Amino acid sequence: MDLLEDIVVIDFSQFLSGPSAGLRLADMGAQVIKIEKPSGGDICRQLYVSDVMIEGESTIFHAINRNKQSYVADLKEEVDLEKVKQLLSQADVMLHNFRPGVMERLGLSYQEVKKINPSIVYAEITGYGTEGPWINLPGQDLLLQSVSGLTWLSHNSDNMPTPMGVAVVDILAGTHVTQGILATLYQRAITGEGALVQVSMFESILDFQFEVLTCFYNDGNQLPVRSAVNNGHAYVSAPYGIYKTADGYLALAMGSIPVLGRLLGCGDLERYQDSQDWFTRRDEIKSILAAHLLTQTTAGWLSVLEPADIWCAPVMDYEGLVQQEGYKVLNMELTVQTGNGLNITTTRCPIRVDGNMLTSSVGAPLLGEHNREIDARFSIK
Amino acid sequence: MNYLPLKGLTVLELSQYLSGPSAGLRLADLGARVIKIERPGGGDACRQLSIKNLWAGESSLLFHTINRNKESFAADLKNPDELAVVKRLIEEADVITHNFRPGVMSKIGLDYASVQEINPRIIYAEITGFGKEGPWKAKPGQDLLLQAMSGLAYASGNVNDDPVPFGIAIADILCGSHLVQGILAALIRRQKRGVGALIEVSLLESLLDFQFEFLTTYYSSRKQPQRSSVNNGNPLLSAPYGIYRAADGFIGIAMVSLQRLATSLHCEALKRFSQEEAFNKRDEIKAILSAHLVSKPSAYWLFQLHKEGIWAMEVMDWKQMKQQPAYKTLDMEQELTLYPGKKIITTRCPIRINGKKLFSSKPAPQLGEHTGKIKKDILLKTP
Repeated sequence: MDLLEDIVVIDFSQFLSGPSAGLRLADMGAQVIKIEKPSGGDICRQLYVSDVMIEGESTIFHAINRNKQSYVADLKEEVDLEKVKQLLSQADVMLHNFRPGVMERLGLSYQEVKKINPSIVYAEITGYGTEGPWINLPGQDLLLQSVSGLTWLSHNSDNMPTPMGVAVVDILAGTHVTQGILATLYQRAITGEGALVQVSMFESILDFQFEVLTCFYNDGNQLPVRSAVNNGHAYVSAPYGIYKTADGYLALAMGSIPVLGRLLGCGDLERYQDSQDWFTRRDEIKSILAAHLLTQTTAGWLSVLEPADIWCAPVMDYEGLVQQEGYKVLNMELTVQTGNGLNITTTRCPIRVDGNMLTSSVGAPLLGEHNREIDARFSIK
Repeated sequence: MNYLPLKGLTVLELSQYLSGPSAGLRLADLGARVIKIERPGGGDACRQLSIKNLWAGESSLLFHTINRNKESFAADLKNPDELAVVKRLIEEADVITHNFRPGVMSKIGLDYASVQEINPRIIYAEITGFGKEGPWKAKPGQDLLLQAMSGLAYASGNVNDDPVPFGIAIADILCGSHLVQGILAALIRRQKRGVGALIEVSLLESLLDFQFEFLTTYYSSRKQPQRSSVNNGNPLLSAPYGIYRAADGFIGIAMVSLQRLATSLHCEALKRFSQEEAFNKRDEIKAILSAHLVSKPSAYWLFQLHKEGIWAMEVMDWKQMKQQPAYKTLDMEQELTLYPGKKIITTRCPIRINGKKLFSSKPAPQLGEHTGKIKKDILLKTP
């Protein structure tokens, strides 16, 4: 049995944060119904990224929305709104990521939806919460990275503030809302009571920084200082970072500097015996290491370091990665098919249950593809 | 629901460092009782792992951050008597987590099959670095190494930079979050069907999942997404997406049409580009924009941009952020008293339930702090 069998999720969310939560719930067995506006649907359908498209549609829409159904409704039209309310009355979860006030205006606030369905789990993602001066600002990933201090943690100290190149705030907020939904569904399975679950992108990206923020709160508010050389983590000692070799790159995590010096044949490193220096003099140490590592190939260094249990790895791009046996054995690639017969290769859910991978072959829905089926299944009039 | 949703559940945490323990912290904040099973002598190795040499009592501040709101039970799993007590705990528990390398739990006799015999309803949740098969299964599951191997180091920084890792342990955090999702979904099934579950996640699968937009694009084109050469924000996105230097600081600008942007910033040179060129000519466009924006302070630009509803924000460090009313309104900080006279400030759980923020003032446990009490409780229960 799927973990979330019989769970019905009505998902009004767009773009990435909410829809990534819907995807996870779908992969674990829930029936996820996207409520989309008639003109264009989820804006993400039109969000072309890069120069890669799949038959004229955004690749990322297909990645984010596979394994879901699409129900078109104009929430400003009374007839459609009434149908959606009938759906909500039979649903287990409702999810949205509109800005504060939008659902209230539509008559779909938690208070209203609770009247229709007292045991529903009502989940919402905002950018900055529901109070305070920023609530009407757009909850956009790069902007949340900008205001949360996150851009001062990656890259070297003489570089500009550097954002993380993947939409980390969206993904984390989606992850957190999923956790809240599941925890309250668990409680509901015992007591029958519904709940309101709220997550904001701001709180999620602060939570992500909890280790380093806690340092900042307790060390007299000292700001992080990125390493000047091959920064891996502003708070971690040498050698932590990525180094250029004769033919590529090598990652080195925590380790003893003199031991590294001995293994690599780099005598200059052996004089750093005091582990305190590995932090305070990390730029100097890392410069020596960086110059030395250029003299040999990545594989050459790995053949020395790996047998000595040094924490090290080659740095790979996708082309390098997908050829590796260690990648292939994961079976991470999943081919899904859309309603009009299009095959798309994407990744599967990263969670395994009872030894099984979760691999639905259902592709992203066409806009409104499931209206008729859902009307019948839920007896919508 | 006037109580925490996971109230009444007991989680045994045999995990160390960050990935597994961050999952335990979330479960604890949502109401579960989380008991760390630690080896006598040193306990969770994270107790001795400090960053910036910050300590609180015997353990690092880092350990206190990750392990607040938990209990500690000291047991040497290689000692048969102590293992027997842990097995008694397993009988009573709802969830067990571990992040040992493959094979370790089998050697102790606490692999899933053995634990299932003790408690068939248990949710057994485990984290590995690279899964349990294949040539990498014995490799250390360390965050930076996973970033290096998963392609993630080619997402941040500019195209001419060396690979740039995320400056936070992204693999650990995501993997811990995925573990929580699996555990909670399995608890829902258990409530309906009465069956336990095995939940497995790996750092590598979690990081591949994180890059699902990139990988789907890659699988379709077989072309590595390239970082922009100027102020890269996200390799998949068009100009102007990125962070720009103003006369006195930095601003982030997200998606916006080039014409709107040019008008709002009075940047004539941008007007000759069509929207169709926003991706393919992004470096050229972003270079022009960079040169334009350094001329005036960030407040000036943000005023112009916000007036038109364009998605932009000031880049702040934590000191600047802490001054913002929007930050203060969140109430994200909480104070813990570790022992008389020693207080620390950390963050709270980011999830709100029924309008309530979830605070917990319970600090991280000392090693074995709850061993005596837990043993006594078990003895009372044993017929």
